[in-house]
Amino acid sequence: MNKKWMMPVAALLAFSLLAAACGDSGSSSAPADTGGDGSGASDCSTVNDVSLQLQWVTQSQFAGYYAAKDKGFYNDFCLNVTIVEGGVDIVPQQQLASGAVDYAVSWVPKALVSREEGLKIIDVAQVFQRSGTLQVSFADKGINGPADLKGKKVGSWGFGNEFEMLAGQRRNGVEPGVDNEIVQQSFDMLALINGEIDAAQAMRYNEYAQVLETTNPATGELFQPSDLSVIDWNDVGTAMLQDAIWADETKLGDSNYADQTTRFVAASLQGWAYCRDNLNECVDIVLANSPVLGKSHMTWQMNEINNLIWPSPAGVGMIDDALWNQTIDVAVSEGVLSGPPDSGAFQTKTNFYVEAANKLLKDKGVDVVGNDWKPIDVTLNPGGE
Amino acid sequence: MTAVARLGRSLPTRDGVRRSLRGAVAGLVALAGVVAVWEGYKWMGGHTDDHWPGTSFGLPVRTNDLVMPHANEIWGSLWDPVQRGRSQTLAGFLFQSARFTFSEAALGFVIGTIIGLALAVLMLRFSTAERGLMPWINISQTVPLIALAPIIVTWGRGTALSDTQAVSIIATYLTFFPVAVNALQGLQSPDQADLELMRSYASPWRHTLWKLRVPAARPYLFPAFKLAATLSVVGAIVGEISAGVKGGLGRAVLNFATIYSTGPEKLYASVLAAALLGLFVFALVSIVERFVDRNQIHNSNGSSGAGA
Repeated sequence: MNKKWMMPVAALLAFSLLAAACGDSGSSSAPADTGGDGSGASDCSTVNDVSLQLQWVTQSQFAGYYAAKDKGFYNDFCLNVTIVEGGVDIVPQQQLASGAVDYAVSWVPKALVSREEGLKIIDVAQVFQRSGTLQVSFADKGINGPADLKGKKVGSWGFGNEFEMLAGQRRNGVEPGVDNEIVQQSFDMLALINGEIDAAQAMRYNEYAQVLETTNPATGELFQPSDLSVIDWNDVGTAMLQDAIWADETKLGDSNYADQTTRFVAASLQGWAYCRDNLNECVDIVLANSPVLGKSHMTWQMNEINNLIWPSPAGVGMIDDALWNQTIDVAVSEGVLSGPPDSGAFQTKTNFYVEAANKLLKDKGVDVVGNDWKPIDVTLNPGGE
Repeated sequence: MTAVARLGRSLPTRDGVRRSLRGAVAGLVALAGVVAVWEGYKWMGGHTDDHWPGTSFGLPVRTNDLVMPHANEIWGSLWDPVQRGRSQTLAGFLFQSARFTFSEAALGFVIGTIIGLALAVLMLRFSTAERGLMPWINISQTVPLIALAPIIVTWGRGTALSDTQAVSIIATYLTFFPVAVNALQGLQSPDQADLELMRSYASPWRHTLWKLRVPAARPYLFPAFKLAATLSVVGAIVGEISAGVKGGLGRAVLNFATIYSTGPEKLYASVLAAALLGLFVFALVSIVERFVDRNQIHNSNGSSGAGA
């Protein structure tokens, strides 16, 4: 019998076999990390499987969660946590509302927009107490405050990362896009370094450091903080709250999920307290989870993240009413939200779980305020290595 | 017929070796050409302050080291440790990432090819299916992948699919199209006279399919497989970036894109790795094609494949 027709089929099979042989390392792995050296808490009658959606890929910005997993804090609270990294198109609060994950990390204004669109999500722990967003320029441009952005080319990330900057300009007599030029900016700081824009958006824990890891062609040395001037929106008064832990509001009526939420918040915050006291170890945990990250850059980031969390005067993760209201105020005035939330049947934020979590941690002897915390001096290497 | 016998036939002849050598030399010359153009453009920009010589027209791309690192820096970065204190080089890391992406792409390629072939046969058999499906098959490729990718990932998380399998489905989405379109064209390619001859034998439809249409479709299939293979790599990389899947080239590209201003050569290196993976899958399909061709020729010469 003539078997010509079998050849393409055989070819296909050969290719798939080859693929299977080559794919041994990857095909079955979920985007979760491994690790977690806790040997399984002994006092748990049941262990809850819980997943947490991050906003972005592994970096020190999320060190507290990785530390809570790695140091066994989640295990101690009878949780088996999967950390799901973010991607370009992953919207954490949508993953949460769709039920794909149990909790999500998101900035407050972005989550509030989703909430206004109907997602029943609620802020259960305000991990970052301050905003990390800066507007960075070279010192010789003379941009020392928002008013100086008049007539300049101003970089903006868009996608909801720009509201505090736009509001900060408006409240200081500069109409963005009219009195100056707003330029879409990419992830990196190339446009600023190349002089294509005068001032760039930067997170103090990430892009700002990237400039300081770049060689200044004029001197042959790395750029120095003295080469740069910085507008800090916390000082301007238009800062908005950023990384918070969000839960599914509709599920909180279920006492199991509610109880699990308290434990999840407590263990996560214990992770953050651990990173406050053990910076270098937390950096190593982060580096172990992502082999391409630069060590000095991640050390800088860990230090700056601690700076956004500590001290937490009312207790770690507690939502500060004044900053919450400022966030809403800016969002409404910028037209991001059509009106203040909390008008409907659902709440938008609650300190209920984080208060309970703080109490659990205090009982374990964990310092939940961090008044003694001091930033360290981090030496950045070229390229953040 | 044993696999060994077939493999034995496809061992390279002297002619084959010479042809491969010529191909390798041509590839190296082309690579040298690219490097020369890259460095020449960079050199020119450095001397004209990023303008076309003798004019005030700016160059489209700046030529400083941040935008266009030297080719040797890109090459050199491949052999540096991927992270300070690690023994793994960037090249080793990219190879590992490429293997991961390859496994996703290959699964997508295989599923996409099967779906594409099935659709082609369906459309061949039922002309109503062709009229009804073809517009949708065409429309499917106008949906932007970046719009589709997060939907597929979110669906996948609602079911038992892992994120890497969702990425394979994204690759599938790109690969089934060229296969379906080309296979249908190939299956429809036999002459009317040949088809009528089969009919005069009262040959059942499936015999006509296997004995006449499938062999006739072969020249149409392999170009489609090659296109599908490279598209499967594109789909896998885009899917990884979109969904935040860890371990593949997409993640490498994403990570290095965010630190572009401090290490542009690393992003170029990861893009290079993606291009090489595309070339690799293309070559893989080409090898399979040559292997199939050889056997086809032997078979059609009348030498039975059995027990050779």
